Amino acid sequence: MARIELTVDGAQVSDDVEPRMLLVQYLREKLGKTGTVIGCDTSNCGACTVHLDGRSVKSCNVLAVQANGHEVTTIEGLAEPGSLHAMQEAFHECHALQCGFCTPGMIMQSVDLLNDNPNPSEDEIRNGLEGNLCRCTGYHNIVRAVQAAAAAGATTAQPAAEKVEA
Amino acid sequence: MIPAKFDYLAATSVEEALSALSQSDDAKVIAGGQSLLPVLRMRLNAPDLLVDIGGIDTLKEIRDDGDSIVIGAMAPYYEILANDAVKNSLGLLHKAISEVADPQIRHRGTLGGALVHADPAGDCGAPVLALDGELVIAGQGGERTVAAVDFFEDLFTTAVGEDELLTHIRIPKYDGWGSNYQKFVRVAHQWPIVAVGAAVKTDGGTISEARIGLVNMGSTALRARATEQALVGREATVDGVREACDLAAEGANPPSDLNGDADYRRHLATVLTRRAVLAAAGG
Ligand code: FES
Ligand code: FES
Repeated sequence: MARIELTVDGAQVSDDVEPRMLLVQYLREKLGKTGTVIGCDTSNCGACTVHLDGRSVKSCNVLAVQANGHEVTTIEGLAEPGSLHAMQEAFHECHALQCGFCTPGMIMQSVDLLNDNPNPSEDEIRNGLEGNLCRCTGYHNIVRAVQAAAAAGATTAQPAAEKVEA
Repeated sequence: MIPAKFDYLAATSVEEALSALSQSDDAKVIAGGQSLLPVLRMRLNAPDLLVDIGGIDTLKEIRDDGDSIVIGAMAPYYEILANDAVKNSLGLLHKAISEVADPQIRHRGTLGGALVHADPAGDCGAPVLALDGELVIAGQGGERTVAAVDFFEDLFTTAVGEDELLTHIRIPKYDGWGSNYQKFVRVAHQWPIVAVGAAVKTDGGTISEARIGLVNMGSTALRARATEQALVGREATVDGVREACDLAAEGANPPSDLNGDADYRRHLATVLTRRAVLAAAGG
């Protein structure tokens, strides 16, 4: 067992974990953060994308021990409970999901993309989402959602202020 | 899929990593882990000990050293891409790295890790070879420097010994050279079926020097030396370079697989070399 201490969605956590435990397993099984999903487990699909120190990574391709001392943000920590991040809002508005399985990873990668490049072209969006697979939408509405979020000035630091009625 | 059990050491210095490596018979170094973790998860390898060098900050530096650029083995692709000296003086490497996998993997993956992994289909080996890179390898007896041409020994096999650690990559600057990287894939996010990287120096429309690296054309990264020599003095036009580029696969021993047989790859290498050379010569 190895001792790890890290920040997940703003909260300090510490645990003893097996060195072979993947970050995605740690998030889901130890912390109950099941918003982050496993789509392929071969590091292809991007469904497990989270931010590690503010940059997107595939959490099935990182060991929990490698996150020791670092800061993780999952889809669950993107906005205050009860509110949506501007990117989540844009996915909702643009109908950028059908089954929704790829969505947590798509949104985390799209936020990263705009952090790097606040005004991407359509090509840059498609390239920037190259590591995220969607079996349903055909990607068009996902691209539109990212364009809409870019137009609204979405970044990690600006969760949408508007509350969503439950 | 979960890796088999292993012990784990988060090394805080090169010395600590080397001493751990020398004390274990079956240790593996993990840098960014973007190639190693899939291997461990599929249980194609199951080392007793993983030595994590991710916490050794001295291995993350990217330094302009006058005539050359020095890249630490733990520098992630993302940081290399953001570095202006790399962009300006090592255009070919910069272009190849921008084609590695996807953004998430470029955030974690490292040039050093990819070079030691030595997958002949990896994007980075051939550019480092073509640009006459040097690899600095640390062992308990001290440091040694190996030229890229002696570094890649075979499929997934390099000059780095079991008790050693690649610490830095040093590549001479190619200021004023044009470069281009042609990666041929069927779908986005695939290993190249073949890729060709070219760095070309031109003088008034005539090629004066050329470096060509071939990806996935044999058991290691390769250099198309016959083409490099034949290009000297040629006009940078389709007809001017055609004959020289037709030699691109000379001496190569490409694999045959579902994506294409060896002859197809040889043909592809000549076509991609022509495209890469012309694009590089054009700026
Ligand atoms: S589950 Fe991690 S990339 Fe698919
Ligand atoms: S919405 Fe179903 S996989 Fe993307």
